Amino acid sequence: MLDIRNLHVSINDKPILRGIDLTVRAGEVHAIMGPNGSGKSTLAHVLAGHEGYTVTAGEVRYLGRNLLELSPELRAREGIFLAFQYPVEIPGVANIYLLKAAVNALRQHRGEPELDAVDFLALVKDKLKLMGMDTDLLYRSVNEGFSGGEKKRNEILQMAVLEPRLALLDETDSGLDIDALKVVAGGVNAMRSPERAMVLVTHYQRLLNYIVPDQVHVLAQGRIALSGGRELALELENRGYGWVEAAAGPAGGGA
Amino acid sequence: MNSAADFYRDEFARIATTLPGSALPWLRHGREAGLACFAETGFPTLRQEDWKYTSVAAIEKSRFLSPPPTANGVAPGQIDAWGLAGTQRLVFVNGRYQPRCSNIGALPAGVTLASLAEVLGRESERLEGVLGPRSDPYPSGFAALNQAFFSDGVYLHLAAGVALETPVHLLFVTTEPGLALHTRNVVRAEAGSRACLIEHHVALGDGAYLSNTATDLVVGRDAEVEHLKLQQESLKAFHVAALDVDQQQGSRFVSRSFALGGGLGRVDIRVGLNAEHASCTLDGLYMTDGRQHIDHHTRIDHAQPYGTSREFYKGVLAGASRAVFNGRVIVHADAQHSDAYQANRNLLLSDNAEIDTKPQLEIYADDVKCRHGATVGQLDPEQVFYLRSRGVDEADARALLTFAFAAEMTGRIDMAPLRARLEKLLLGRLPERVKELV
Repeated sequence: MLDIRNLHVSINDKPILRGIDLTVRAGEVHAIMGPNGSGKSTLAHVLAGHEGYTVTAGEVRYLGRNLLELSPELRAREGIFLAFQYPVEIPGVANIYLLKAAVNALRQHRGEPELDAVDFLALVKDKLKLMGMDTDLLYRSVNEGFSGGEKKRNEILQMAVLEPRLALLDETDSGLDIDALKVVAGGVNAMRSPERAMVLVTHYQRLLNYIVPDQVHVLAQGRIALSGGRELALELENRGYGWVEAAAGPAGGGA
Repeated sequence: MNSAADFYRDEFARIATTLPGSALPWLRHGREAGLACFAETGFPTLRQEDWKYTSVAAIEKSRFLSPPPTANGVAPGQIDAWGLAGTQRLVFVNGRYQPRCSNIGALPAGVTLASLAEVLGRESERLEGVLGPRSDPYPSGFAALNQAFFSDGVYLHLAAGVALETPVHLLFVTTEPGLALHTRNVVRAEAGSRACLIEHHVALGDGAYLSNTATDLVVGRDAEVEHLKLQQESLKAFHVAALDVDQQQGSRFVSRSFALGGGLGRVDIRVGLNAEHASCTLDGLYMTDGRQHIDHHTRIDHAQPYGTSREFYKGVLAGASRAVFNGRVIVHADAQHSDAYQANRNLLLSDNAEIDTKPQLEIYADDVKCRHGATVGQLDPEQVFYLRSRGVDEADARALLTFAFAAEMTGRIDMAPLRARLEKLLLGRLPERVKELV
């Protein structure tokens, strides 16, 4: 589904990713771990099409297409979803209307008719219940005045409604207490399916107690320094990131 | 070409006898005093601090003519689209009251609502103190010209304790290019009374003309007045407006000004919190495009203790348009325990748009609470990206965020038909697909 080859990415001429290789197949859940500044969030944003980053080398294929050529909105319509680490507040735009626009943009792209209002509301309320969210959050402006936990739940709510093919979850566990984490993880687990791939970006292995990944990758100095199964996350929990970083060599080395 | 002073002197000689109240010596004297003042000062120039960003040279050159006092043939059907449900409607076409197009319903006892010309005809004593020669200088040549030439406007008087629940819709329509329209509104709200006015300027056609309007408002003790304004002049028009408010003890005044039209617009709002515990809210939104130039100058004088002022103006500038916001808040030495807040936020949608914003706080009392701030920026790229990451087109995302920025101001309007009208106007600027988002 997703094929990343030798991906190099800079922000303002400062290299952040220095040669990422990663293959994610349908049905798989991958965890990208790593210390702060290792480039985890950059990877998620580049895949979603954020324009603040410059791809200086490498390629990304998604469902056989050159992903980097697509605008962010086309990527979304092609089934990519980024759950933001810091969901953006959009005063004046009600949550439910953004959801509706997003759903209909997808359906239009696939040549499907728009959902009628009743079906749409039924779909949203169903997912709302799954996320343990109050209905009134639908009618408030997107993320405005939401607590940290509400924002994260709202991201997973959007994901549940949009049913992406490839979900990128950026530090979805950060700032959540244990109960909220369970709800969010429950929402994500409910979406695991053989047709869908997920990439979880996380600093801590805590999230992986609830969402068990098929593969774990450790990012250090802009490269995948180590890959393994779920047990790798547990090892990182015990030993920290220092030994991986040391093994990855000094920052600034060539790819 | 003769000078502006000569031109307006000739105009005055030509039409003075057709102006309302021309038989009243005190008014004749007042008009002549205005004309004399204009002859002396002329139009403001860029050398004057208050006008340094706004050139009115084009108005001076245009030699706009006073309209004939005769009926203008406008049918009610031509202006119905501008009507607002649930209002007392007074329509002024080319500066003159048109009873045929107006609709004044039953009024509570103690309310006088009529055209200025009518009141000058039957009870001129009510206006002598307001429209006679003034002792203090005119704030600008426009005020002096208005004094000389005003042709009509509204007179609203509320006796003590009277609440006029139905808002008053003042619809000023200009039908022809080349005209100079000077209108004047006088509002007196006695102690404990309450009213809401909507001042609405529109045009048939897209010609150039001058609309020079002045509104004079006294808000009595514990009275409450709301002044809503919707400026939809033609895009070639010159709109110059003054709003002077004198607030008495415990009074509340709200001004919400929406400037969408006009090629060149200049609004001066001056509010005096002239007794204790008076409070005012000044809100505004200007949206400009093309080569529009919209200038708001506000001045709030905290003259007495325990006054509160809240001012919030927003601007959305596109194309090669330009806007000016100059907000002065003066807390005088006697005005202890004043509470003032002022903010101006601007969204620049184009590299060629320009805003000059200047919030000014002048504080001469020591025990006060005052804050102010101004911002100028583009749409937040993170908000744009967030919407795009949910499948919304970039152009739609930008339009939507612009709408949301402006809609904050329309959302503050209590009067539902006007709020709906403004939202419709803002929505009209959005692509079809985006309209369902808001």
